[in-house]
Amino acid sequence: MKKDTEMRIEIAAMDALMVRLFDTIDEANMAWVIAADQALRSAFGPVLIDLVPSYTTLLLQYDCQQLNHTEALGLINKALAGLAPANTQAGELHDIPVWYDESVGPELPLVAKHAGLSVDELVKQHCNHDYCVFALGFAPGYGFMGLVDAALATPRLKTPRRKVAAGSVGIADRQTAIYPLLSPGGWNILGRTNVPLFEYAKRGEPLFLPGDKVRFRAISRAEFEADGGDTTPLEERP
Amino acid sequence: MSLTTTHEAQQGMVVKQAGPLALIQDTGRFGVRHLGVTQGGAADWISFRWANWLLGNTLNSAALEIVMGGGLSFETEREVQLALTGADLDAQVDGKSLAPNTSFKFLPGQRLVFRQPRQGLRAYLAFPGGLNAPEVLGSRACTAREQLGGLHEDGKPLQVGDRLTWQGIAPAVRQMTEGQGPYMPVSGCRLPIVLGSQIASFSGRALFQAFNQPWEVDTRADRMGVRLTGPALHGSLTGIISEGIPLGAVQIPPDGQPIVLMNDRQTIGGYPRLGALTPIACATLAQCLSGTKVWLAPVSASQAQADYRQQLTVWR
Repeated sequence: MKKDTEMRIEIAAMDALMVRLFDTIDEANMAWVIAADQALRSAFGPVLIDLVPSYTTLLLQYDCQQLNHTEALGLINKALAGLAPANTQAGELHDIPVWYDESVGPELPLVAKHAGLSVDELVKQHCNHDYCVFALGFAPGYGFMGLVDAALATPRLKTPRRKVAAGSVGIADRQTAIYPLLSPGGWNILGRTNVPLFEYAKRGEPLFLPGDKVRFRAISRAEFEADGGDTTPLEERP
Repeated sequence: MSLTTTHEAQQGMVVKQAGPLALIQDTGRFGVRHLGVTQGGAADWISFRWANWLLGNTLNSAALEIVMGGGLSFETEREVQLALTGADLDAQVDGKSLAPNTSFKFLPGQRLVFRQPRQGLRAYLAFPGGLNAPEVLGSRACTAREQLGGLHEDGKPLQVGDRLTWQGIAPAVRQMTEGQGPYMPVSGCRLPIVLGSQIASFSGRALFQAFNQPWEVDTRADRMGVRLTGPALHGSLTGIISEGIPLGAVQIPPDGQPIVLMNDRQTIGGYPRLGALTPIACATLAQCLSGTKVWLAPVSASQAQADYRQQLTVWR
């Protein structure tokens, strides 16, 4: 496997550098991003303050009481020399049960119409792909996943909701995600899961990390309720 | 080890009236941004550290960040040595004014009130040994949007009836000498900024405007970000693929009006950036009331680091 784009290291802040590996979004990038993440974590050790991988980049903040910019730059170059992509099998596959229903997923008809499918076909399509986790952000444990089948791609709502319930599963363009906690949001909501993403993140053990794969599985209301799922309709939340 | 009895240990300082925003903060959460968890922490970290210094606390001890004041008031159930730094929020004990940047005794029967800003925006109130609050992901910092931290572990600001308790006894009560203490900004102040690579995407005219005229701090300002208003800055990039956002990042959304991203910013975002304010500049901006004029003043990363290290020596 060969990497075509040349790596660039850019100044991001007084004590932060941006490692730019790619210029476009591609699932194949993630093997490189994960490899760079591992190499940088081990090279910087306790001098690392934060390392934030995303679709094409890694933002590295280091302890500037122990390293200066030139030294940090040198350490990055050394850590990433001869970088090889991580074994993509290393990313875990997560099974996420979702109750797809208009009461908790009000945009089911809208997205179905947009895709030219019935609601049942839409659900089948949404469940028929191992989505790649590109980045965590927006909220603790919130994973940006893709790529959603181009036919299902639906733009964000014109007016974001003030409150989207925890566990809501949504689509925006070619991405899909789960809201870990009650928050504002403009994604098209299709259903709800009872997987407690926020609780995992709060313990510092997120359910999934960039490079992992997620597969949604449709469950019935009875199964969702048996699992303790909250069936309060999305629009009725206070 | 505290020598107080259990009963005394449960006594504390009680919120009698809640102001617009008072939050428990420490230095913030680190090593967790890859989980999508924001940094949080005291927005004016310099005043925050001075407050702990006045009591001889560990500089990261949890304290209160009080925004605006707005009538926030307390009574205490036992004598306590407090330290107040940062903004002058016209704080009074039983009607008697408290000068900022001092340590004082607060007694049962007295009432402590924070009225309104006279200079600066955020005051810091430190407690002996630091405030008690559950630690989440290595920090007691309170972030409302994430529902993390705080007295009740829900990220909520102080409410009427909340009882604050502290770790112990102030290890060393200090007072500041002339010339010591945090800087409170005045209109026309400079905000040092380390330029980022994306400045190459802005037009020459936009860059000239960015650094050669004052920006006004907008009313749309909170712990996530502070908007600056002035001429619209435009460049060849309108959006970028979302990437990590450092503290102080000056991002330029499509309307061309800069947003400086502060402690509670989202961990990743997709607008091009001019660069990032230094941590010292972020502390200054956190004290700017809306309407304050500020200048973006480019500085090299190495100069910014030298200034930062120099700042850290004042508490040694």
